[in-house]
This record gives sequence, structure tokens and C-alpha cells, in this order.
Amino acid sequence: MISIKNLKVNLGDFFLQNINLDIEPGEYFIVLGPTGAGKTVLLEAIAGLYPVLEGEVWIGDREITDLSPEKREIGIVYQDQALFPHLSVEKNIAFGLKMRKCPKNEAKAKIDAIVEVVGISHLLKRSPATLSGGEKQKVALARALVTEPKVLLLDEPLSALDPETRERMQRELREIHSRVELSVIHVTHDFEEAIALGHRVAVLNDGCIAQIGTPEEFLRRPSSEFVARFALTRNILSGRVTGIENGCTLIDIGGTKLRATTEANGEVRLSLRPEDIFISKEPLQSTARNCFLGVVSDIADRGSVIYVTVNLPPDFVCIITRQAFDELQLGKGAEVWITFKASAIHVF
Amino acid sequence: MTKMSGWKKPDSMSIVFILLGAIMLLFIFAPPLKTVFSSSPGTLWNTLLEEDVYSSVLLTIFAALTATLIGLFLGVPLAYVLARHQFRGKRFVEAIIDVPIVIPHSAAGVALLFVFGSNFLFGKILNGIGIGFFRSFTGVVIAMMFVSVPFLIDAAKEGFKAVDVRLEKVARTLGASAWKSFFRISLPLAWRSIFSGSVLMWARGLSEFGAIIIIAYSASFLGWSPKVLPVLVANRFDFGLDYAGPVAAIAILISIITFIVLRSIAYRGEKA
Repeated sequence: MISIKNLKVNLGDFFLQNINLDIEPGEYFIVLGPTGAGKTVLLEAIAGLYPVLEGEVWIGDREITDLSPEKREIGIVYQDQALFPHLSVEKNIAFGLKMRKCPKNEAKAKIDAIVEVVGISHLLKRSPATLSGGEKQKVALARALVTEPKVLLLDEPLSALDPETRERMQRELREIHSRVELSVIHVTHDFEEAIALGHRVAVLNDGCIAQIGTPEEFLRRPSSEFVARFALTRNILSGRVTGIENGCTLIDIGGTKLRATTEANGEVRLSLRPEDIFISKEPLQSTARNCFLGVVSDIADRGSVIYVTVNLPPDFVCIITRQAFDELQLGKGAEVWITFKASAIHVF
Repeated sequence: MTKMSGWKKPDSMSIVFILLGAIMLLFIFAPPLKTVFSSSPGTLWNTLLEEDVYSSVLLTIFAALTATLIGLFLGVPLAYVLARHQFRGKRFVEAIIDVPIVIPHSAAGVALLFVFGSNFLFGKILNGIGIGFFRSFTGVVIAMMFVSVPFLIDAAKEGFKAVDVRLEKVARTLGASAWKSFFRISLPLAWRSIFSGSVLMWARGLSEFGAIIIIAYSASFLGWSPKVLPVLVANRFDFGLDYAGPVAAIAILISIITFIVLRSIAYRGEKA
């Protein structure tokens, strides 16, 4: 297990502070945050590449806070892979073993094994300059993994890849991780990548961890408006609790009374995910407690899905498939019904 | 297969710039070319066989080489520090490095005497270990080094800056110490710039006149008392252009041939 306790790092303009993380052996942990949040610096501080002002880093029962990077047994893969351009793929992968004075026969066996796992046996004699983005990423992974680190740090490893390669690399990362079973800390600004890969996710904001939880918790129970926005929750609204009716809390948002399952009182902020809202031409017969008539005020085409904004008021952003959009024959100004469960509303 | 693009008529700006550039190239290239071809190969060979000429050639080449090697040993670490670290006064340090380029070189020679002369601190230290400075090989080396080392440090600094610092960081996590990371990653990747800077330093040292004439009009070297080539040329010019011409041609040929060979090694495999 890797433990980070009360870590504090100076980022020049602000501090990364009160960072506390416990990552289990074999866990795939995501650190999510906007650009400039200090994600890379956090990884480098863990790896011993960036000075730590306060706090401790432990791997198992060994404190490594003051150890130099080469003694920590932590591997790192950067966004741009940082392959050694003057060395072949094979020499890149062998570099760590050579530095650790691994006997030649043993080194060869280890390289053979890792290139098999990562699927790059055919690239060994190539120069890094001749590789595609995905191939470079695999070589960087193999180079980090061949030294058998206790923890692998991935710094936005998929950001520089085209969408198709990124999706394929996500699958391959999952597969490689399931084969090598080591703790991974992967930083990204991409929420969907975090949901696809992470066992747990931590969101960084203003130099602190805003929330740690499973992807499901981020989707359903964001701890703050910042987290909700980062989790692509399009509907973040203000309202006032006005009472209780049939076991549901009534929340007035600009004249529309929502039914929610919350014990909050007074003024509240709430979130509702677009995918939890069902759009129909007729009122839906269901157990969902919220069903309202509204007017389509905006349509944003995102290719495979379409965001439809329905004004009650206020505006509710809903997401539907292209097929559903075509079937409903929606256009701006069309009257539609939106339906969602009381439990879909999350009050901060 | 790439299709060759057809001839494109140059625009008026390109024509003017090419003409002006050609004048500039002629200005640079004509004097050395004329000097070299003013003497016959036989005259050049006979001149080279004169003792004060070949001893001068040897002194100049070896002193410039020694200065460059010392410059590499002391200058490369400084260049790396400047490329990798931010610290208060860094700009001041960078300015200091370029001081020898901006001060008159005869003044630089006098300044060096103030530090390395036998009555001054470094001079006393050198004398203490049996190394003379005035009119010595050491003096020539120090003068050459002083005026030319900024070229090496600046080139090496840019070379190190061009090496992605993350390569070094990755090397560290892979088990390399700071030393190994420097020698296995940073240095091999910056070598072209360092080598190029070394060639410039060597060439600049080779042509130094102002500082050396103050410190070592002639220097004791391998049992001779030769002058460095630029001083020898100036000395012979006192007896006329015909007497100075062949030595100047030899100096030019040695400089240009070495410069071209070393630069072609540095840029081998790299597109212009």
C-alpha cells in the first residue's frame, strides 16, 4: 500500500496541501483535476522528483519521503512518454535494469516477459522517433514496468493520443494492470477516462483534495458544485426547501417544485445528471416523482449523443441518443415532457 | 514517392535579399580566398618548414586545444547548472560569462596580468607550483581560454536546455543516480551543442591576438620560443605583405579545414 500523509508542496503561485491518500495494493487510483491543479507535481513529489515541504510518503511500512528517486521503486510514465531519443526501444526498456545492475540473462528474460505483456516484441530494434503515439506509450509503460516498481505513476498518459488510440489504450491499460497487479496512480483532467479506468478517484481543486470516492460516488454524490461540474453534471441549480409531501422533500426552483429525497432545509444547491432525465412527447406513466412539461430551448449535437436543453423554467440539460432524437423529431420550441426520479436529485 | 515541385519564379523581395546576401558572402569569403591563392603551394610548404612557423602552428593548435579541454571541464558543469536551475542572480552570472566577449582583448590581456602576474594572487599560486604565466604556454592557454570560453558555455547551456528535463527525471526513477542520469542521458543528448561550442571556442582561441600579445609575445614551448600564429603574422607584416602572406594563408587554411571537419562531425546526419 502507498500512503501519502499531510503532503504539502510549494507550486509557486499556490500550495498543494493536506494531501492524504491511501492506495491499496493493486488499486488503480485516479487523481482528477483541471489543468494547473498540480497533478503532475503531486506525482513528482511522490516519486521524489519535486521537493516536499511537509508530510510523509510511505510504501507499505517503509517511509520513503527522504529517499532519492532511484531508491523509491516507483515508476513514472509522462504524457509525452519521455523516451530516450538516443536509445533504441530495447535499450530504453533495458535502461532501468542496467542502472540496477541486473545480470544480463535475467535482464533479457525480464525484457522478453514485459514486451510480451505490453505487446511490443516487434518494436525492440526501432528508434523511438519512428513509433506512433500509442506505440511510444506502450514502450514507456514497458520501460517503467520492467524494473518491477511497487507503484506506477501515470501522468496524463492518454492525453496526447487521438481519440481512437486513446480508447484502445484505455482497454490495454486495464488489461496490463490486471496482469501486473501493482498500485497505479494515474492523473488526468478527463472525467470519462477517470470513470473508465479508476477503482477510486480523487479530485484536486485549489491545491486540496475536494473528494475521494468510487466513480459511482462521483456520478451520484458529488461533494461540491466544483466536483459536480467536473463530473459533467450539467444541471446545477439553486432552490429552497418548502416542505415535505408523500415522503419527498419539495424544493422550489424558480417556481418549479422538484421532489427529492433529502433531509436538507432552507436554501440548497442541487445537481441532476443529464442522463437521469427522460424526454418524451407525452407524460410518462412511471414511478418517477418528477414529471414536467417544458419547451426545447437549445440543441447541441455531440455526434453519437445530443444535449437537449428544456426550459420549464429553469433550463434542464438532458442527453439522448441520436436515434431517440430522430424518433422524437425534436426541434427548438417543441413541447416535451421531462421525467426523473426523486433519488436522481443530489443536494450538496 | 515525393513529387518534385516545379520551378517557382522568385518574388522581388527574394531576389533583392539573395543579391544582398551574395554581396555579404563575397565580403566574408573573398579576403581569405585571395590570401590563400596569393601564395603558391610550394611557397606555402617551404614556409611551413621554417622552424618559427611550424613551432608557431604547434603552439597555437595545442594551446587552443588545451584551453578548450579546460573550458569543457570547467564550463560544461556551469552550463548545466545555468540550464537546469533557477536562482537569484542567474542573469548576472550569465552576463559575467559574456564579459570577455565585450571587453577589448588587449585590455583582457592586461586584466589577466593583474590576476595571474607573479605579484598577484593566482600568479603566486601558479609560481608556487612551478608554473609560469608571463611569456609561457600557460599564459597563452589562459588568454585563449578567457576570450573564447563564453562561446562554449553558451552553446552547452542551450544544448542542455534543449534536453527535456523529464528524460532525466524518468532516468532517476529507473534507478539512475544524478551522476548517471547526467552522463547517460543529458550529456549524450547535448553533445552536439557542446561539441559545436568547443569547435567555436577552439577556433576563437586559435585566432586570438590582443590578449596574447600582452601576455606572451612569444612563449617557451617544447624548447622553442614561438609566437602564436596571429602574432607571427603581425610580426612578419612589419617586413612586408609578401613576407606575411604565406603565414597568413597557412593560418587561414588550418583554421578553415579544421573548422569544416569538426563542424561536419558535429552536424553529421542532421538536415540543414
